[in-house]
Amino acid sequence: MNSLDLARWQFAITTVYHFLFVPITIGMAFLVAGLHTAWYRTAKLKYLRATKFFGKLFLINFAIGVVTGIVQEFQFGMNWSSYSRFVGDIFGAPLAMEGLLAFFLESTFLGLWIFGWDRLPKKLHLASIWLAATGTLLSAYFILAANAWMQHPVGYIYNEAKNRAELTDIKAVLTQNTALATFFHTIPSAAFTGAAFMAGISAWLIIKKKDIEMARGTLKLGLITMLISIVMVSVSGDITARIMTDQQPMKMAAAEALYDTTESAPFSLFTIGTLDGSRSVFQIDIPSVLSFMSTGNFNGVVEGVNDLQKQYEETYGPGEYTPNIPMAYWSFRLMIGFGFLGALFALLALWQMRRGGTPRGRWFAPAMISLPFIPLLANSFGWIFTETARQPWSVFGLIKTEDGVSQVVSAGAVLFTMIVFTLLYGILAFIEVGLILKVIKNGPSEELDYVDPELGGSDKQNLVMSY
Amino acid sequence: MTFQSTWFLLIAVLWIGYFILEGFDFGVGILFPFVSKNEADRRAVLTTLGPVWDGNEVWLLVAGGATFAAFPEWYATLFSGFYLPLFLILVSLIVRGVAFEYRSKYGKAQWRQRWDVAIFISSLIPALLWGVAFANIVRGVPLEKAASGSIEYTGGFFNLLNPYALLGGVVTLTVFITHGAVFLSLKTAGSIRDRAQVIAKLSGLVAAVAAVSFLLWTNLSLPEIKPVVLSLSVAVALFWVAGMAMNFIRREGWAFIFSALTILTFVTTLFTALYPRVMPSSLGAQFDLTITNASSTEYTLKVMTFVAVIMTPIVLVYQGWTYWVFRKRVSASQISHPERGVLDQVSHSLHQ
Ligand code: HDD
Ligand code: HEM
Ligand code: HEM
Repeated sequence: MNSLDLARWQFAITTVYHFLFVPITIGMAFLVAGLHTAWYRTAKLKYLRATKFFGKLFLINFAIGVVTGIVQEFQFGMNWSSYSRFVGDIFGAPLAMEGLLAFFLESTFLGLWIFGWDRLPKKLHLASIWLAATGTLLSAYFILAANAWMQHPVGYIYNEAKNRAELTDIKAVLTQNTALATFFHTIPSAAFTGAAFMAGISAWLIIKKKDIEMARGTLKLGLITMLISIVMVSVSGDITARIMTDQQPMKMAAAEALYDTTESAPFSLFTIGTLDGSRSVFQIDIPSVLSFMSTGNFNGVVEGVNDLQKQYEETYGPGEYTPNIPMAYWSFRLMIGFGFLGALFALLALWQMRRGGTPRGRWFAPAMISLPFIPLLANSFGWIFTETARQPWSVFGLIKTEDGVSQVVSAGAVLFTMIVFTLLYGILAFIEVGLILKVIKNGPSEELDYVDPELGGSDKQNLVMSY
Repeated sequence: MTFQSTWFLLIAVLWIGYFILEGFDFGVGILFPFVSKNEADRRAVLTTLGPVWDGNEVWLLVAGGATFAAFPEWYATLFSGFYLPLFLILVSLIVRGVAFEYRSKYGKAQWRQRWDVAIFISSLIPALLWGVAFANIVRGVPLEKAASGSIEYTGGFFNLLNPYALLGGVVTLTVFITHGAVFLSLKTAGSIRDRAQVIAKLSGLVAAVAAVSFLLWTNLSLPEIKPVVLSLSVAVALFWVAGMAMNFIRREGWAFIFSALTILTFVTTLFTALYPRVMPSSLGAQFDLTITNASSTEYTLKVMTFVAVIMTPIVLVYQGWTYWVFRKRVSASQISHPERGVLDQVSHSLHQ
């Protein structure tokens, strides 16, 4: 493997890994803030227990989200320095804004929340978790705008003398439809993920008969949030698909393994292609659905891979413009498939819980315990689809991935760092899961002795959430 | 002032913020096995960092992001060129962050001991390597015009380990250790406070020797003596002496202010020595990266200035406020069950 392939693998490994923790953080931040608000409003201790219990889980997850993010920030310069030179004028701005507007907010107010239980007035303490949650949203927004610019560059001109793209309109970059669509697709996906995490763990508590009073409530909260967010994910996914067909027709053609331009194109449920992915051998189709998905019209024309390849050669010169089709095809389906599988579990469990029932049956325990993993898979496949089906472009139509890689970094150096990061990430995953299991095993602790700092909290209190 | 100079200044400010804030984090991380006698002490020491370390680290992330946005050529050349040192720093920061968060979650002695080692090493490495990296930037490294037309680092890894750079590493290491000790003596009570004070006296001396030699060397190796750099270097020394004197008479707040001022002037000295270059080349001035040939367009810089001018004061206010909220000293006696992990509270769940 050359340094290009290695750098691509490294980027894929580190970002997919980062994005296992990110959606849990975003989703759980809001759910925990909601629980905290419920306690603030009602003073019921079950909400306090829930806030602290899920707060601990949230923090265990957040820690890894933070440390894996640091690598992301510098990886562009380390492995993709030619890319960085080319796009820095535009791409750097949202990244810097993310730091200034989001990361400071997130980290500072989360610190206040963790350590502020006995230091801050109740209202301010509650506000800190909401501000931290807002930080996660802002962070997602800026980074997604940067990514959307790679999918669909706007607001720039190409400077031939300097061989780089230059920003002309920041508003266009931050508010283009690609950025907004991705944001409204990714955020509900994150809510779905955080909610599945909460629901899965609550179900586990119920199975283990721990604090059932609290766990029933949080199970329900998780399940309902999942169902609401899957609807939003589907609606925005549909919009995203249309925008994508318009802006990156090759991606949609690849997602569908549609080789020839077709009117009333069918949506394929299952395809077996030739090994090199150049042609399909066997397909199960639903008539006209693809045309509808990508154009909003059952009779719409959807362009096929072969015609697009020809068109791109005319526009961009000779070359291979077709992404890995089996990968695009399957990751697209697995994203949707895992999403709906999770939603189906949620629906069944919620159905059994109506009128005070408890979910039961042979399927319940394994299904609920796997619940947190299902959306993680859907998210990862969503990103793998988005990023690999953009290939060979790094920034669509502007710079190819192969032209973005660092010139001065040897393959050996990339291989070495990749091995270390991967091993380290493996160890961290192992430790994180171990700690989460420990929290679950202990269950929520009894909270009968909350001391209001306004009434004189004592310094002697054990710092519950602290180090 | 042009937008390019403004951004040079702002990036200097971000690094100053980073080194003042995470500087004491590193120092505390390195000292933490030595100032604590028992588990309650260790928990107390870590609690002084708990609410703030992540916010402190964001200064680095913003410095990185701002360099990417304002001087993409600098960002690209620096981070692809200084590949392995940066990689070691990243690995350390990963381990450190997780170690802080996970160490006390679990009450087993072996678990905690392993994280303690991790905190020590992962604080030591960046404290040393940041100095090595900055000294190399100031000294100039082999930069050449590549076939693609961009200026690239061609020096390899061992080139970065020259005596001047290593001395720079010793400076940041010892200064951060002292800064951390001063911070601890300000933020803790009882025996931790006393031990930290003694350490600050000793390491302050070592740091003084290292820093003075380094600054002399820096001034002498500049193409010509720059009066501003020279006077800033003197200011660094004076602030340090003042800080150490304050530590000696146990005026901890003042000692901390002076050690922070020392770091501020030290970083300012380095950036002033650089200006208007951002990465001088040791192979000839025609290969220097400067604020002109490394920068983004004026439009991008304008947009970023707008954001920075609004956001930086707001961030400073709420971050400062956090320090105010947690201004009380932490003492070991506050940790009621030191041997018990945060997650091992004996749980009598309601339905057991
Ligand atoms: C849609 C959301 C999203 C996406 C696509 C990414 N991140 Fe992320 N990132 C977050 C959402 C997020 C977050 C929710 O804000 C995190 C996750 C957990 C956390 O602690 O904050 C975070 C943490 C985080 C941190 C640590 C912040 C701190 O110290 O508090 C950095 C430096 C980055 N990220 C950088 C990146 C970069 C350069 C990415 C692009 C390759 C990236 N992230 C993808
Ligand atoms: C929103 C922020 C993101 C940005 C700015 C971004 C940017 C990039 C860049 C610069 C590359 C390397 C160049 C290239 O291969 O085109 C890349 C590749 C890749 N990214 Fe992203 N990415 C982001 C988010 C993600 C996430 C969250 C994931 C996964 C969870 C992901 C998965 C991948 C994969 C799998 C590749 C490798 C594609 C390949 O080379 O075949 N990306 N991305
Ligand atoms: C009706 C179902 C869905 C549709 C039609 C849909 C559509 C899409 C499309 C078209 C993209 C590619 C966007 C691009 O490349 O520009 C995408 C990406 C993505 N999807 Fe989905 N999706 C669906 C369900 C889901 C589910 C259930 C999840 C996770 C819970 C999910 C998570 C993601 C993520 C994280 C990305 C990458 C970010 C992005 O590009 O927006 N999607 N989706």
